[in-house]
Amino acid sequence: MTHDTLPPRARPEPAVAGLSHMRSGMVSVSVTVDGVRRTADVEPRTLLVHLLREQFGRVGTVIGCETSNCGACTVLLDGVSVKSCSVLAVQADGATVDTIQGLAAPDGTLHPIQQAFHENHGLQCGYCTPGMVMRTVSLLQENPDPTEDEVRAGLKGNLCRCTGYQGIVKAVQAAAAALSTSATSTSAERTHAASEVTS
Amino acid sequence: MTTAPEIAPEQTPEREVGKARLRKEDHRLLTGRTRWTDNLNLPGMVHLALVRSPFAHARIVSIDTSQATAADGVVGVWTGEDLPEQGAMPIAWTVSEDLKVPSLLPLSVGSVKHVGDVVAVVAATTQAAALDAAELVDVDYEELPAVVDPLAALEEGSPLVHPDLGTNVCATWGMDSVTLGTGGNVEEAISAAENDPDQVVIRRTLRQNRITPGFIEPRSIVVDPTAEQVTMWSATQVPHILRILLAMTQPIEEHRLRVIAPDVGGGFGGKLQATAEEALVLLIALRLQTPVKYTETRNESMQSAHHARDQIQRLTLAARRDGTITAFDVDLIADMGAYLGILTAGIPLLGGFMFNGIYKIPAYRFFCTDVFTNKVMTDAYRGAGKPEATFGIERMMDELAAELGMDPIEVRRRNWIKPGEFPYATVAGLTYDSGNYDQATDTALEMFRYEELRAEQARRRESNDPVQLGIGVCTFVELSGLAPSRVLGSLNYGSGGWEHASIRMLPTGKVEVVSGATPHGQGHATAFAQLVSDELGVPFEDIILIAGDTASSHKGMDTYGSRSLVVGGMAIVGAARKVVAKALPIAAHLLEASPEDVEFRTGRFEVKGTDSSVSMTEVMLHTWLCHNLPDGLEPNLDSDYTFDPENFSFPTGTHLAAVEVDTETGRVHVRDYVCVQDVGVIVNPLIVDGQVQGGLSQGIGQALFEEILYDEDGQLKSGTLADYYLPSAVDVPHYRTAYTVTEATTNTLGVKAVGETGTTAAPPAIVNGVLDALRPLGVPDVTMPLTPVKVWSAIQQARGSQEEVTG
Repeated sequence: MTHDTLPPRARPEPAVAGLSHMRSGMVSVSVTVDGVRRTADVEPRTLLVHLLREQFGRVGTVIGCETSNCGACTVLLDGVSVKSCSVLAVQADGATVDTIQGLAAPDGTLHPIQQAFHENHGLQCGYCTPGMVMRTVSLLQENPDPTEDEVRAGLKGNLCRCTGYQGIVKAVQAAAAALSTSATSTSAERTHAASEVTS
Repeated sequence: MTTAPEIAPEQTPEREVGKARLRKEDHRLLTGRTRWTDNLNLPGMVHLALVRSPFAHARIVSIDTSQATAADGVVGVWTGEDLPEQGAMPIAWTVSEDLKVPSLLPLSVGSVKHVGDVVAVVAATTQAAALDAAELVDVDYEELPAVVDPLAALEEGSPLVHPDLGTNVCATWGMDSVTLGTGGNVEEAISAAENDPDQVVIRRTLRQNRITPGFIEPRSIVVDPTAEQVTMWSATQVPHILRILLAMTQPIEEHRLRVIAPDVGGGFGGKLQATAEEALVLLIALRLQTPVKYTETRNESMQSAHHARDQIQRLTLAARRDGTITAFDVDLIADMGAYLGILTAGIPLLGGFMFNGIYKIPAYRFFCTDVFTNKVMTDAYRGAGKPEATFGIERMMDELAAELGMDPIEVRRRNWIKPGEFPYATVAGLTYDSGNYDQATDTALEMFRYEELRAEQARRRESNDPVQLGIGVCTFVELSGLAPSRVLGSLNYGSGGWEHASIRMLPTGKVEVVSGATPHGQGHATAFAQLVSDELGVPFEDIILIAGDTASSHKGMDTYGSRSLVVGGMAIVGAARKVVAKALPIAAHLLEASPEDVEFRTGRFEVKGTDSSVSMTEVMLHTWLCHNLPDGLEPNLDSDYTFDPENFSFPTGTHLAAVEVDTETGRVHVRDYVCVQDVGVIVNPLIVDGQVQGGLSQGIGQALFEEILYDEDGQLKSGTLADYYLPSAVDVPHYRTAYTVTEATTNTLGVKAVGETGTTAAPPAIVNGVLDALRPLGVPDVTMPLTPVKVWSAIQQARGSQEEVTG
């Protein structure tokens, strides 16, 4: 903890403050959000999370702190988890962004990670949940079979004030198991299919 | 008793109550299909940005808004002088005759009293434009002396936070066992103990750190004045209370205001408030006659949303050398901050009823001095007064054990109320209805492997292991389920403590449950459906909860003080039983039987001794059709019920923490945490465990990590989540929880509260554990939070002073 590192702040200082000299000129950005290609004109200072929420109406992704501490705004940028309050919208130009709103199947069936959060009481108020779930997507790609300690370390950048994390950790491990089972069965099916073709 | 912490979801006992039902709430929240207030956008909506004071205490000399007014997109700029219609913010608890109430205006006039006080508001077409223009508001301040430390504020000649009040003392309040008729005279008992070689007197001054509730969703408000009822959406715990308080203080009548708490991202008491920001958004929307939104930044939240705790506790405990307590004297200094929120002045008083804990204490006194300082106001945070009290008594029990060389469990056991002694009238004037502290503690000791850990501790001490092991104990009881209205009345609290519910029986067999208890993450929709399903025999899936909107749930006292189940749930049960009573004569009519011969069992009305029956669902349809009802009967099953509890709820438990303290770095690692709680009959074990684990993590946060810091000039040094450390997943252990059950005798379900138990019990358990590890090194105390630097410094200091002694 470094209580002395930042000077006291007199006024609200969201990320847009103090950058008014950059306001000249809008920039066009094009981003594929949850499978839909979208284009918008933004100020250069616009953050990705503001583009998502305010211009694209993708309000499933939320803001908690603006200092990249809480992780509530986590999305996948080209498949990797980022805190969208710490990415400029222009940095996402041409990229793919996946949010919590695109994770479930089109028929509403929950993704195995969402299902695991549901089954293991990995959420209460649900405000950190979009970030927590999207971070888990990335975490399980980095480490498909994490230990409890590895899950905790992997979620260190996402704060939850309700659950005490125990349900979340359990959910992530359950999701890892579910995903590995489905991956195994998929590859087993593939192997089976391949052997049928060869025979 | 369930000792298995693992919960198998969807196990099927016959009744819904007791089932680990997965939550109805989850699907929306997991897919981003949410209604946070900040998600709302309305046609023509303008955005507010607030200009806040950079000084802890200053006179506003002048404010120049001309540049801001002329900026792009700006619709209006107001200072306090420009809003004569604004009313002072309300308080809801007049704790004493000597209470001083400073005026808190939504928009400051003349002076500011803490960093973050609002001095101007800018409305613009976009949030960015409003924030840009707010930077152009030029405020000329004359800085005044500020006082930050509550003890300094009590000194003669201290700067006054409110010179017009003539003092920094906000209020004084006391109680004692002589006046209550519950015990002896504390001063006499302590004086006798001092002169008795068979007694000890222990005096300690303990400190409660200033912390923040730390909800993850920043507060947000939208007001739409374009209909007959002005609608306010707010990220609040208390839409019903907010509506009344705004109507009483701002230029709007109650019937013209509708308040909605949509999805709310955590509260923990931090959103139990009527805020200046809520009033301001309302005032500007009324001025502009167009929808207005304001969402705070985290930095604004830290410098304006109420903080909590911040107490100095001067404690004196007298006991016989066998460990039996003879007297306990509590003298509190409680830091109010610069203003009073709705409950600020009363929060410490709630602790007055709990400093005696689970123990039989023959003489008791509590005295509290509420003090103003130039800081953000304090108010409710999960536990509200009771964690402070539990910390005080449980730290003192360990100090007593250390003084007498007794095991901390044994010294507690010698004093606590025994199972056969309930109901027990306490020295603080309450009646605990039920409990079994022996059972909970024995279970905890076994799960914890207490003796093995004591042996390991001894080995580490003997070998001078750089990592020492400490065992922390907390046995607690909590004052929950706020609250019996008559008790609140006797405390000059500004409202009742009842809760209201309606049950609406739909013709297709579905049920709407309307509750005045407003949820923000607790799982009301799930737990309440379990209650109703058992009462009415309607499937869990066919029940929906409507709450958090003063238009649809028109009466309510909202959610705080662990009251949702024990007060709100009982209102729902009451309404459901009225539904059955209304349905019975209709069922009898359909069965062509006499009502006396019909009984309701598991969803069906049956003619006793026959196989003739009709389902609740059929009665619902027939009531709606109204073709064939008894003569003169109102064709309506819907029922309302308002429940006022007869007593508080007293959940209890035993918490044991194994903490490792690295004496070379000062780092504290919580290696194991066992908590055995008695929350009465459990409605949903999944939800109960979640409440416990979440509360524990907040409690560990207070003990080890969290602190709101101001410098001596009143500058906030912990204004972001980079500076204020909320525990992450790596900072808290895997909890081992279990439950013993003694049924509450004050409600028909036998349920007790649960929500605030973790924050209440964890801080003393953790701190006792750290001191248990360090006492042999000569460390007498470390104030919360027990950060590595503080622990390390305490060890160094102890070593230094020991060297001085031996050298």
